[in-house]
Amino acid sequence: MVATPKIVIDRLSIQYDDGTESLRDVSIEILANEVTVLFGPAGGGKSTLLRALNRLTDLVPRTHITGRILLDGEDVLADGVDVVRLRRRVGMVFAQPIPLPMSVRQNVIYGLELAGEKRKSRLDEAMEQGLRAAALWDEVKDRLHDPASALSGGQQQRLCLARVLALEPEVILLDEPTSGLDPISTGKVEASLQDLKQAYTVVIVPHSIQQAARIADRAAFFLQGELIEYASGKTIFTAPKDKRTEDYVTGRFG
Amino acid sequence: MTPRNLREVVIESLVRAAGYSAVVFVGLIFFFLLREGLPGFAEVSLPALFGSRWYPTEGHYGLLPLIGGSLVVTLGAAAIAVPFGLATAIFISEIAPRWAREILKPLVEILGGLPSVVLGFLGVLVLAPFMRVLLNLPTGLTAFTGSVLLAGMAIPTLVSVAEDALDAVPRNYRDAAVALGASEWQTIWRVTLPAARSGVLTAVMLGIGRAIGETMTVMMVTGNAARLPTTPNSLFLPIRTMTATIAAEMGEVANGSTHYHVLFVIGIVLFVISFIVNLAAGAVVFRRPKRAERVLS
Repeated sequence: MVATPKIVIDRLSIQYDDGTESLRDVSIEILANEVTVLFGPAGGGKSTLLRALNRLTDLVPRTHITGRILLDGEDVLADGVDVVRLRRRVGMVFAQPIPLPMSVRQNVIYGLELAGEKRKSRLDEAMEQGLRAAALWDEVKDRLHDPASALSGGQQQRLCLARVLALEPEVILLDEPTSGLDPISTGKVEASLQDLKQAYTVVIVPHSIQQAARIADRAAFFLQGELIEYASGKTIFTAPKDKRTEDYVTGRFG
Repeated sequence: MTPRNLREVVIESLVRAAGYSAVVFVGLIFFFLLREGLPGFAEVSLPALFGSRWYPTEGHYGLLPLIGGSLVVTLGAAAIAVPFGLATAIFISEIAPRWAREILKPLVEILGGLPSVVLGFLGVLVLAPFMRVLLNLPTGLTAFTGSVLLAGMAIPTLVSVAEDALDAVPRNYRDAAVALGASEWQTIWRVTLPAARSGVLTAVMLGIGRAIGETMTVMMVTGNAARLPTTPNSLFLPIRTMTATIAAEMGEVANGSTHYHVLFVIGIVLFVISFIVNLAAGAVVFRRPKRAERVLS
């Protein structure tokens, strides 16, 4: 099977009003049904790139973006794109688990309700599906009506994943989803990512190089807003071409 | 004891004294109210106190018209101030561009510092005649006029506190909601507002608290007719509040007379009402977190 690019990033540059540059002339093709890892030292522009993919960059006033991001051939940065629909197709999980101030159940079905789904059976079904896919169902099935804030940190993060999955997106973006989690919860999240890629396109900013190496099908190394190297995970972590990539993955800096 | 330790002890006891003094003062006020007011209960029977006529010169000490007056004015003020105040707070915190926020917030806070006499003056000279013409009433000095002005006083407090609460909601929450496909308004209504719930309720209570206790403005614009509000259109007739009654009559009453004691009974009633409002606010604000804690443990 020849993998088709799900997302094509074409000469993307992002600049803030105060003159700081976040991304410089980045071009990548992201393949469907793979885990693509964006990694590099802090301030490299990984998170910004991730947030540009579903236009969360819109929330930061005075951001200048040039270039194109094609999702199935359609430019998501173009004027007139239905941002709400885009965000349903491209879901996002953040570094901090952010349970919304409602019950576990409501958290998971919130996105669907926003999309106008009213049938209770459909909502319940999507909720269970989402929670199962995020490996959380068994732990919370008896406490669906408890406030989400009562779950543990690891459970909250998987709840956030379930919330995104319930929307049945096409692409899942994860911004250091395990940075606040203990190793066991981290393992659970990583394991569910491997299942998820069967059905979704996964783009993740990992919270460590070790994690990047564990989960990457493909990896992009960013340094100060520049894409240094983009290759299969195996290549980049065992035989990087660029000296800077090698220095970083072997722990010589960063 | 070294000088350094001595300093610590002195500062600590000063701070402690300041803290306890609040409790002591509330206790003293309550004690004073009781001492001056309790004879009132002995001199006027309870049924008479809850009568519907307030004519102290003829020996009628029915408090119902005054309690009713306060209630009508306060509820009216709340009905106006809460929606307007919340909308303003939401606009300032969530929707307005940064430059507008930096102008609006201080402006609203200045409005809150306006002396109530000035507002009352405005009410008597501008708002009351306007109301009279607009609603075709015999007089513009009505409960509704009082409500509008009190709302004007409550709104700055409400806006300022509610805006702080909304602003304190982590940016993350908005990101998360927006990433799930929520529109700006859906994010505000279903996520930001519930997350700021306790702060917003505090804002509402503080605003209403300001309205209940307000004296000068209502005395100037509500007409001061102690008449029991029984029908809905009482809102557009003159009434008299408890606070205005105390303020207007305390200066002319003979010290130690029945009338004097009953004015203190009104004070006790006010004290009890504001105590209940505070308790209710506390119960509402603290209910949810407690439940979450129980689940955690």
